[in-house]
Amino acid sequence: MEKSRVALLSTLALASAALAGDKMLITGAGATFPFPLYSKWFSDYNKLHPEVQINYQSIGSGGGIKQITEKTVDFGASDAPMSDEEMAKAPGIQHIPTVLGAVVVVYNVPGLEGLKLTPETLSGIFLGRISRWNDPAIAHDNKGAKLPDSAIAVAHRSDGSGTTAVFTDYLSKVSPEWKSGPGAGKSVSWPAGLGGKGNEGVTGIVKQTQGAIGYVELAYANQNKLPVAELRDRDGKFVKPSIETVSAAAEKAVLPDDYRVSITDAPGANAYPISAFTYLLVYQDQPDGVKGEALVRFLWWAVHDGQKLAAPLDYAPLPAAAVRKVEQTLAKLTVQGKRVLATSK
Amino acid sequence: MQRASDILTVRKPGRLSRIAAPVRGNLPDRAWAALLTVLGLAVLAVAAVIVVELWRLSSAVLAKTGLFSFVFASHWDVVRDLYGALPFIYGTLVTSCLALLLAVPVSVGLALFLTEMSPPRVRSIVSFPIGLLAGIPSVVYGLWGLFVLVPLLRGHVEPGLARTLGFLPFFRGPPIGLGYLAAGVILAIMILPTITSIAIEVLRTVPLSLREAALALGATRWETIRIAVLPYARAGILGATILGLGRALGETMAVTMLIGNSPTISASLFAPGYSLPAVIANEFAEASGGLHTGALAALGLLLFAVTLLLNIAARLLVRISRRGPARVAA
Repeated sequence: MEKSRVALLSTLALASAALAGDKMLITGAGATFPFPLYSKWFSDYNKLHPEVQINYQSIGSGGGIKQITEKTVDFGASDAPMSDEEMAKAPGIQHIPTVLGAVVVVYNVPGLEGLKLTPETLSGIFLGRISRWNDPAIAHDNKGAKLPDSAIAVAHRSDGSGTTAVFTDYLSKVSPEWKSGPGAGKSVSWPAGLGGKGNEGVTGIVKQTQGAIGYVELAYANQNKLPVAELRDRDGKFVKPSIETVSAAAEKAVLPDDYRVSITDAPGANAYPISAFTYLLVYQDQPDGVKGEALVRFLWWAVHDGQKLAAPLDYAPLPAAAVRKVEQTLAKLTVQGKRVLATSK
Repeated sequence: MQRASDILTVRKPGRLSRIAAPVRGNLPDRAWAALLTVLGLAVLAVAAVIVVELWRLSSAVLAKTGLFSFVFASHWDVVRDLYGALPFIYGTLVTSCLALLLAVPVSVGLALFLTEMSPPRVRSIVSFPIGLLAGIPSVVYGLWGLFVLVPLLRGHVEPGLARTLGFLPFFRGPPIGLGYLAAGVILAIMILPTITSIAIEVLRTVPLSLREAALALGATRWETIRIAVLPYARAGILGATILGLGRALGETMAVTMLIGNSPTISASLFAPGYSLPAVIANEFAEASGGLHTGALAALGLLLFAVTLLLNIAARLLVRISRRGPARVAA
């Protein structure tokens, strides 16, 4: 009895020493959209720095913002930037853009390749005003294409999501009717169509229903080989969504110091108009000495070496100008009042 | 979760409670009784905490819109912070009632066949897959619905219904597949095992002497079931139906995958709708800002209230119908 208790105690002591001494556990929570890339980052970074272990729960952007506000995690993650109201509740929070994502329009019309849509047509379809595939507005930009005389079935996300926020932000910019109608947000009051839960729900509806049109994340459309629509940009050219065109959308963007900027309907050649940054959320001053320093060093790695891992997983890397700006922001992050990274870097 | 045995034991509440009444005794006895009382009250306390917390979360939105207009308004606009729950209440009730309408006749018929007519070997063979159906996770039902049921409804059932019964307002509009009908049918399949297995238990408690008496009077098999078996089992079958309804009301995953998730109210069963649990599951993860979270909590409170009201109604119904067999016996 006594012996086994001693054995148990010493095992516990060893275990806790192993946990406390050799490894540190950094926890984060938030967006589901960049999760595949983030989990690759965390495991690769752990191989380089075995003492740093990062645990990430992909519970959704809203949950991530809530948890970092309550400081129950070391960092949060969000697809849409925090609102002024949310920022006020988390003083000292800093947005760090990590990669870019895009929302693409997918459709199911047999025999129709490379559908071209203008912003007006797209908003008309999602408003329910354009309800048939052979509508003159669609035919005007798709000369020679065989457009069936069938109803358009609109599919949208039923769950609150950053994807919807980006998509409706774009529609609000290009269509006054959309802006005064459903508006922009993670959940909006859709004037038409069916709701599917998650990217897979929308994909399910689009794949199964002839004549359907919906919106999903670029990575999802690529992996499922869904036909995607080309959208007309501000210069009047039709742009196909790809990693290059998404990165191009961020190139001309003027980034404010808090990075809370919408890059939908961006100017510039070959810029895909429904693109957006995704962010990690950290406090300007890290309260924990050891973990804080490791987190800042990880962020530095993520916006440099980490960017090379983005494209294979269908995320667009940050353009060079954005990386330079993020470098300055990271250099200003402090751990218990002291800077971690040298500014000259 | 209530089980069949609970329904059967409440049959004679007077006698049971007299046996279970605490005896004035020694210290261990009293300590034991006190512990059980605390545990019993803990269940009530948990329910109370849930209600209080939901109430606290939702008080802001209810103060802003008012309880009446929250329940009876039909717009749900998160961007403008306008919340009305009527489409979700409507969708929940329509799909659940449709499920009962489809499942109860089948379940009771199946239970009657298995207890009154089939040879014992068939009964054990058929009972096994019924139990198995009850154990399938609801997301699997949802997937099956999405890939098998919805194409079937869209391609064959809905066009057929529209052709034959299209004069009714319930069977109009384009056949999309996703909608009230798909959700109702999947719910019917999901609650079928619950109702069937409890109905079997209930029918087994019908005394053999009642059947023999009916047969001795010259009743046919159908007449025996009608005058001897069903009146005796009525209360229990009603209880089984209520348990099925409880499951249908609260089902989240399978419904949200099939109902179409559109906060609209339409008479047609082909149209997409929305249900209370589905909208909570869909929007809660990304709800930011006090009002949206509060409105979702208020929906939870509503679901709680609907379930409570239905349970009370069910208890009353069971009590009323329990007088039935006594009259028959007398």
